[in-house]
Amino acid sequence: MSTNTKSLIACRECDLLLREIPLLPGGVACCCCCGAALYRNTPGSLVRTLALTLAAAILFIVANVYPILGIEIQGVRNATNLGGAVYSLWNQEMRMISSLVCVTTILVPAIELAMMIYLLLPLSMRRVPPGVALILRILHSIKPWGMVEVFMLGILVALVKLADLSSLIPGVALWSFGGVTLLLAAVAASFNPRDVWGCLDREPDPKVSA
Amino acid sequence: MMRVTPSAAGLGLCSCRACGLVSRPDPAVGPARCPRCRSPLHFRKPNSVGHCWALLVAAYILYLPANLLPIMETGTLFASRKDTILSGVVHLWETGSWGIAAIVFIASILVPLFKMIALTLLLISVQRRSTWWPMQRARLYRLVDLVGRWSMLDIYVVTLLAALVQIRSLATVRAGTGAIAFGAVVVLTMFAAMKFDPRLIWDPLLKESES
Repeated sequence: MSTNTKSLIACRECDLLLREIPLLPGGVACCCCCGAALYRNTPGSLVRTLALTLAAAILFIVANVYPILGIEIQGVRNATNLGGAVYSLWNQEMRMISSLVCVTTILVPAIELAMMIYLLLPLSMRRVPPGVALILRILHSIKPWGMVEVFMLGILVALVKLADLSSLIPGVALWSFGGVTLLLAAVAASFNPRDVWGCLDREPDPKVSA
Repeated sequence: MMRVTPSAAGLGLCSCRACGLVSRPDPAVGPARCPRCRSPLHFRKPNSVGHCWALLVAAYILYLPANLLPIMETGTLFASRKDTILSGVVHLWETGSWGIAAIVFIASILVPLFKMIALTLLLISVQRRSTWWPMQRARLYRLVDLVGRWSMLDIYVVTLLAALVQIRSLATVRAGTGAIAFGAVVVLTMFAAMKFDPRLIWDPLLKESES
């Protein structure tokens, strides 16, 4: 066996050792043992992902600033945005639930978007920002905890539950959250961390590899 | 089903969980780290089965209060009601929102139960070094990983309702103690699924084809 392990790849799900083969644009390599997706060839993914991430970040800010929903019962109104909902739950002595909601719908998506922009903006201009490896590792480990799409479904269920209790006033953030959900799905589909790891291999930067 | 080709670990090679680089760790240097991204390297997730069991048992225990205690307390001028997850679904069904009732039932009751049973099955089969239907078990694990997050649905619904419906004496909604247990079940099962190493499903097959 050759000592060069660069062209080797091990399946994440069954540890089958394989040799990497070039793919056609848009192609996906799957493990021949367990069928798991191994890697993709996504030409132009860096720039496309950057565009989608910037759009998602702008909408995400809008979605957090403006109210999601308002209700009106006998002339009395109440509206809340996401931060307000988290704060209100915190004041109701539901600190654990409040923190869980804050982490999964505000903190993790915000960190994810900020890190993606920090990573992709210089990379799209052919520069490698410091700490790429660390950032990719953090992105990889926090990814499962961003749950904007589940929250979106939560908003819809809450709408139905409230509909018979009061009259509803949909807020700007309701539509923004819909947009963020779609954009984040598009970002996840288009982002290919392998491309970024590939950039690291091509430009050995002492600051990065250290 | 047999595997003819070797696993990376069988050849002394280790793939990095974070960046995917395959390298040969040198035991003389101490704890192995990925040469590219400096993540700790392990042939298999360390103590995966033990940790997964611990998280899973905790989730099973909390599943009871999560379903028995009220997750939402609604008070209006005339009446107050306490809803558990199931009674919330029944209420939605009775008021005619069948689609939403079905979504909440699947996300809050079926998904956590399915996840815990599936992980138990996977853990037992891995511990017995079973070679039984590896492909189906691998697919089962992928499904567990995919659907787990959707159980958070009820937590978000309660959060929104408790924040919005605060109209003095007219109507108030508060989150119940069941919500804490339910949130814990979701988080624990997510950690359990992350801790499980799907490569363990395939390892016994390799031993079989080598001997």
